[in-house]
Amino acid sequence: MFRGYILVLLLFLFASPAFAAEHLRLATTTSTENSGLLAELLPPFEQANNCQVDVIAVGTGKAIKLGETGDVDVVMVHARSKEDKFVAQGYGVDRRDVMYNDFVLLGPAGDPAGINGLSDVAAAMGKIAATEATFVSRGDDSGTHSREKQLWKAAGVTPDGDWYLEAGRGMGEVIVMAGERRGYTLSDRGTYLAFKSKTDLQIVGEGDQRLFNPYGVIIVNPQKHPHVKVALAKKFLDYLTSKQAQTLITGYRRGGEQLFYVK
Amino acid sequence: MGYLSESFLHALELVFAFDREVQSAVWTSLYTSSGAIILSAVIGIPAGVLLGLSRFRGRRLLVTLLNTLMALPTVVVGLVLFGIFSRQGPLGSLGLLFTPLAMVAGQMVLATPIVANYVLAAVKGADERIIDTAMTLGATRFQAGVQLVKEIRFGVMAAVIAGFGRVIGEVGVAMMLGGNIRGSTRTMTTAIALETSKGEFAFGLALGIVLLSVALFVNLFLNLLQQR
Repeated sequence: MFRGYILVLLLFLFASPAFAAEHLRLATTTSTENSGLLAELLPPFEQANNCQVDVIAVGTGKAIKLGETGDVDVVMVHARSKEDKFVAQGYGVDRRDVMYNDFVLLGPAGDPAGINGLSDVAAAMGKIAATEATFVSRGDDSGTHSREKQLWKAAGVTPDGDWYLEAGRGMGEVIVMAGERRGYTLSDRGTYLAFKSKTDLQIVGEGDQRLFNPYGVIIVNPQKHPHVKVALAKKFLDYLTSKQAQTLITGYRRGGEQLFYVK
Repeated sequence: MGYLSESFLHALELVFAFDREVQSAVWTSLYTSSGAIILSAVIGIPAGVLLGLSRFRGRRLLVTLLNTLMALPTVVVGLVLFGIFSRQGPLGSLGLLFTPLAMVAGQMVLATPIVANYVLAAVKGADERIIDTAMTLGATRFQAGVQLVKEIRFGVMAAVIAGFGRVIGEVGVAMMLGGNIRGSTRTMTTAIALETSKGEFAFGLALGIVLLSVALFVNLFLNLLQQR
């Protein structure tokens, strides 16, 4: 009886899809993966080079950590200061700009802090702190979280108190949470668009230079980690910065809106 | 709530259209969980039988420990094995992290204590004379043990089913060790987590319904085996 059972299970095990050609491991942020862009961007590269790009979508902090430990070949994140540190410490080489999108400041319908229309985002953050309106922070060391901290700094505020909630969760969860608590939050535009129909939050601040969000791509240093597929990684970076890829990036639409821009 | 009914419709659609991504996630879930449960059975069944039959000092402590291991949080297993499989870890050179094999290893760690405990309980409930009878009939200790397992096969099957239930529905190990890579290590549960983070609640719930149906079929299949 058990023999039959085990046989069937073994069949399951070995019938798993055979390992395809070469694999390139890309650690990137959840917002990139969730935007749906990669599903458009990667297949032409995979076909041209007969390889497969394994996307591991985590927060920026963790993506960089995976690069440091050599568990991935390429890192694509959005936190310039961390990227520079990563390269400076010798963990990564050949950093290139790929694209950028932007952050938006979201707030509840009543706009209790009265910041709607303020073009200076730091001033807006300052007002939120001054009125102690609820603010939900990612609190997870992600790229969005780093940017939020920079903005608090620019506003000259150390966020602290009952009004400041550190969620420690992904962007989508934080938007939902901020909506439920009638608070403010900082989000990338792509995730906000995806959640627009599920929340009452509205954009109360956008367009400030300091809300631009550039994505960089870095090869993990093969001198530190010899197993890194550096040749394929280089091709991948060439592809991402090529005209073909850049056209795909600017042409990508979600809900009729453009999410990513190139320089 | 409209979204609950929307999810059910969506689930039906997924089942009948059998979308390729869903197919691959179902497949990954099934074969990693099956691989893990086979290994767990290979380790857990003999361990449970041995623990149930033998008498030695510290046995009760060991049983208590085994009971505690049933409560192992999946993220803790994920964290520990992540440290071991990472390039910086002791087994890093194997390059196992973010492959289905790493998930199988993690899920095996989760399921083995469950299998062993259930088998242990079944052995306790079995007629003690089985072993003696078999031995007087000329069986070796090993053969007597095999005879015992045959007698308590319902208990053993329950152990396997419980272990399978634990691993096919867990998300911590699959996420941390598999990395949720599309077409490679994306399972039903990590796909649900991903869809939830994207705000596709209805789609996530639909996937949940598909997962439950898959589990139902697996259990029906095991039930059928049991009745033979």
